[in-house]
Amino acid sequence: MFDSGILFPSLINGLTTGAVYALIALGLTLIYGVLHIINFAHGAALMVALYAVYLLKERFGIDPYLALPLVVPGMFVLGYALQRLIINRASHGKDENILLVTLGLSIVMENAALLFFKSDTRTIETAYTLTTVAIGPAMIALPKLVAFAGALLVSGLLLWIVGKTDLGRAIRAVAKEKHGAKLMGIDVDHVYAMSFGIGLACLGAAACFLLPAYYVNPQVGGGFVLVAFTVVVLGGMGSFVGALLGGLLIGVVESLGGLYLGESLGQIGIFAIFIAVLLFRPQGLFGAKA
Amino acid sequence: MSALLEIRGLRGGYGQVEVLRGVDLTVQAGETVALLGSNGAGKSTLNNVVCGIYPAWAGTVHFDGKDLSRAHYREVVKAGLIQVPEGRKVFPNLTVLENLELGSFTRARERRAANLDKVFAIFPRLKERLAQLAGTMSGGEQQMLAIGRGLMAEPRLLILDEPSLGLSPLLVDEMFGLIRQLREGGLAVLLVEQNVGQSLEIADRAYVMENGAIRFSGTPDELLGSDELRRAYLGL
Ligand SMILES: Nc1ncnc2c1ncn2[C@@H]1O[C@H](COP(=O)(O)OP(=O)(O)OP(=O)(O)O)[C@@H](O)[C@H]1O
Ligand SMILES: [Mg+2]
Repeated sequence: MFDSGILFPSLINGLTTGAVYALIALGLTLIYGVLHIINFAHGAALMVALYAVYLLKERFGIDPYLALPLVVPGMFVLGYALQRLIINRASHGKDENILLVTLGLSIVMENAALLFFKSDTRTIETAYTLTTVAIGPAMIALPKLVAFAGALLVSGLLLWIVGKTDLGRAIRAVAKEKHGAKLMGIDVDHVYAMSFGIGLACLGAAACFLLPAYYVNPQVGGGFVLVAFTVVVLGGMGSFVGALLGGLLIGVVESLGGLYLGESLGQIGIFAIFIAVLLFRPQGLFGAKA
Repeated sequence: MSALLEIRGLRGGYGQVEVLRGVDLTVQAGETVALLGSNGAGKSTLNNVVCGIYPAWAGTVHFDGKDLSRAHYREVVKAGLIQVPEGRKVFPNLTVLENLELGSFTRARERRAANLDKVFAIFPRLKERLAQLAGTMSGGEQQMLAIGRGLMAEPRLLILDEPSLGLSPLLVDEMFGLIRQLREGGLAVLLVEQNVGQSLEIADRAYVMENGAIRFSGTPDELLGSDELRRAYLGL
């Protein structure tokens, strides 16, 4: 067995990754909870956001963290416009159409990225990329700590919006009772687009926190979306607090799995959990009984 | 003086199927109007076309001096034309308080706190259950919540679509007492009901809808006074 000198840093590392997973999964949860569809374009949209952060750094020298006020609103506008102008119009209100439209969008985005950036994997250099911070016996990369704090902060902000604001109430109302919402003057199409926009804005934030310690290539979104989907299922499909806790848990499982099973097998633990949850607790670890 | 709500030659339906075949109906300020008619006559369809949920194919809707014929449902609510729909349609996953708060999402938001107090004065039971999820409430409680939510928007005209549906006899009486109370407060009400007797007791005027068009309009006395009308339309 490993002593705590290895276990503890691995745990902390897992939590830092998990917070970013949670943020990505929260965006997916928001879109799933309101539009009742799995957004297949979620991973591709994350990839687009990562390239945006990359370009802002390489072309204009803008630090990834300082890019937040650009990338987050940018992704929001992209999401709002995608939902309002493409997904909503092309799907004619049929869920299975929406699924195909988001799948199509992801293919378009990934191929556009291949066209412009080739399939090369790219990273950025910042002054703090290699800076580490001591937490007890663990030396943790500074960008990972920033990602952890930032992702939790944004997640908290999202939970607050959904739970405590009129927009959040309207979002939850539309998710379950469209007709009633319309009769209160709640513009359902606008709420759909806001949900999609906010969901993608979460990805914008995640991208800014990820890139200093990560990389981008046209396929980078795929791995994240699988993990995020697991988190959503784990959290109980559509539960925001569940997605947050689920994200942290998955991060830890992946990290400890990597420790015990080796880097390449680390993700096996995630999918073991995924299948076990689907088999034995389909309402999710944190979800209420359906 | 022009009517508060004036519907002229309204047509509408679903897909290819025409349901409303030229409906004329008016409600004056402060008036309580009963809209009667058998199942499938098109009463709920009329409400929803008037409220902008479904498009009008032809005809006009004027409300409070505004042309709402092709208006978005948000504009309808903004104008103060509020519908409490058939089947309540409360937000089941939101608390009682959140349901009421969303009643003032589009209109009268700045007077939310004051209007909450007014609704609690009318429905003290809602105040005891602020944190309960609406979906876990009884049918009668949900109906009160739906009406309370509608009142949060400070309606100029309140459309009540079958408010007594599924209520026990005691609660039905309570419901009509409430409608009377709203009417005495000067609120205009368009009341869609299967409960013909009690509706005609409190209505100033009544319409009978049949097969997507108005077949009778007049006072409750006229309607009840004619054996022919009673037999043909009310089954009394
Ligand atoms: N969403 C819909 N799609 C298609 N047809 C509909 C829809 N809603 C209602 N209809 C049809 O329109 C007609 C009128 O229905 P509507 O609900 O307006 O009647 P109603 O007078 O309110 O009846 P009830 O007293 O039973 O509530 C019916 O034939 C109904 O089947
Ligand atoms: Mg009806």
